[in-house]
Amino acid sequence: MGAGHAHRLYRHGHSPVHGLPPHTKLAAVFAFVVVVVSTPREAMWAFGLYAVLLALVARHARVPAGFLLKRLLIEVPFVAFAVLMPFVAEGEQVDVLGLSLSVNGLWGAWNVLAKGTLGVAASVLLASTTELRELLLGLQRLRLPPLLVQIASFMIRYGDVIADEMRRMRIARESRGFEARGVRHWGVLAKSAGALFIRSYERGERVHLAMISRGYAGSMPVIDEVTASRAQWSYALTLPFVALLVCVLGWSL
Amino acid sequence: MHVPDGFINAPTSAVTGVVAAGAIAVSLRGARRELDDRTAPLAGLVAAFIFAVQMLNFPVAAGTSGHLLGGALAAILVGPCTGVLCVSVVLLMQGILFADGGLTALGVNITDMAIVTTVVAYAVFRGLVKVLPRGRRSITVASFVAAVLSVPAAAVAFTFIYWIGGTTDVSIGKVATAMIGVHVLIGIGEAVITALTVGAVVAVRPDLVHGARDLRQKLRLRVHGELVDAPAADEAPTGARTPVAARTSRRTLWVTGLVTSLVLAGFVSFYASANPDGLEKVAADKGIDKKAEEHASADSPLADYGVKDVTNARLSGGLAGVIGVGTTVVAGSAVFWAVRRRRTGDDVSPTAVENV
Repeated sequence: MGAGHAHRLYRHGHSPVHGLPPHTKLAAVFAFVVVVVSTPREAMWAFGLYAVLLALVARHARVPAGFLLKRLLIEVPFVAFAVLMPFVAEGEQVDVLGLSLSVNGLWGAWNVLAKGTLGVAASVLLASTTELRELLLGLQRLRLPPLLVQIASFMIRYGDVIADEMRRMRIARESRGFEARGVRHWGVLAKSAGALFIRSYERGERVHLAMISRGYAGSMPVIDEVTASRAQWSYALTLPFVALLVCVLGWSL
Repeated sequence: MHVPDGFINAPTSAVTGVVAAGAIAVSLRGARRELDDRTAPLAGLVAAFIFAVQMLNFPVAAGTSGHLLGGALAAILVGPCTGVLCVSVVLLMQGILFADGGLTALGVNITDMAIVTTVVAYAVFRGLVKVLPRGRRSITVASFVAAVLSVPAAAVAFTFIYWIGGTTDVSIGKVATAMIGVHVLIGIGEAVITALTVGAVVAVRPDLVHGARDLRQKLRLRVHGELVDAPAADEAPTGARTPVAARTSRRTLWVTGLVTSLVLAGFVSFYASANPDGLEKVAADKGIDKKAEEHASADSPLADYGVKDVTNARLSGGLAGVIGVGTTVVAGSAVFWAVRRRRTGDDVSPTAVENV
């Protein structure tokens, strides 16, 4: 299982951003997104500055622009929604190229598009510079309930196993000539899902027994405690602080 | 339905975040009661299952396909508390790892997709299982109804959150019709798959279906040609010994409650549809309504179920009824559970004394 553990979004590297303790990065990204969301939408230049900030971080982390942009594609459904907004929103209308658009709708579309894109870009940067296990350690360090962290770590560890099991079932179905074409085949797929559930649950029971036999008593021992020095915290929190400055400027101007 | 950053304003996001944190705290305690120290591996594996099942695509018609949301499925298979935890963890990981759904919108996402779906589904499911005759078929029927109500309920919750703190200027009526209209269709797909899946599991391992644990038969042994009850294992389940009289009275209670809420909901929906929203009417007259219906909730991962303009006044009216029933059942069962817990609490102590 060792090799499959690095998730596909992670990009191995040794940059200063990769080296930061995970909880400082998590805190920084979260604070940054909060600041972005609370910026007034009329301050268009502020969002430009935020994008520049993120680009600087990406440069420091040596994440190529193409990689980042490709990951941003997850946002496409919302872009479609935002494009539609000027047509359905109410309020005073303006004529652009012969189309009657709502002013409020245009602002709303801009708002969702800008803030959503910046949020996605920040998360993508976090995921591409932080290893999965580190991320979970960071969450634990940020006082997320240990049980929740354990559940998340089991989900991540066994996600690939379960997905592989599902893939094997699909191959088994297809090798017997099955092809899902419409509603009539839902029964077969649902039976697969049921079988998958039983397999996952039974695997969970086996995992639990294996854990008990290794001395598990309800909590996982923390063997690699992560700590952050003051310098690392201040380095990580530079991003949200600069963003906060921009945000305050955006409100006052 | 993964909400991105900036779609809901900051104060509302914060409030929903607090709501989500509270609900997760309650479910953590509840899950420990449901699974004790097996919680971490089992809930983790079930979360992995939900994650995998969301990738399983169901073809709807030529070219389009949808996938399962899994809230109702999790609630019925592993119980509401574990269900909430599993779906929340899936959402958290999707937010952090895959940037699917904003980090500040995590509270909104968990509230409407993990909590509302799971709680509504489980309440409806338990209510129906109590009312319907005991058997495997009623488990399937109940899970169908539970799933069919849970998805529009999540849409209603989203509309409510949007109404409080939406950052865009689309009228609430439009958002409601579009969201609920689309999600009723999604709910039907979800319900069919959920019911079939639960049916498949019940057929093979009925003991794994948390919602159907009442159906468990007592183990009986054939000794010298006659059936005798097997001696109870280490611990007898506390709920299994309810007297028959109590069960029938409980069933009457459920039936009355359900009928009353249906009648009430029908009444409300009649008035609701008799007097449509002015803005909606304007929008319909202008012909822009259709666009809104088709795309205004393109945020949903299931939006490719191929939705056409299905929402008219009567449907939305009927929907109000359906949602009304859902809400009433939830509220009613909350009260009912509180009462029953007190009653079983009273019951347990004397038997414990007897046993000693």
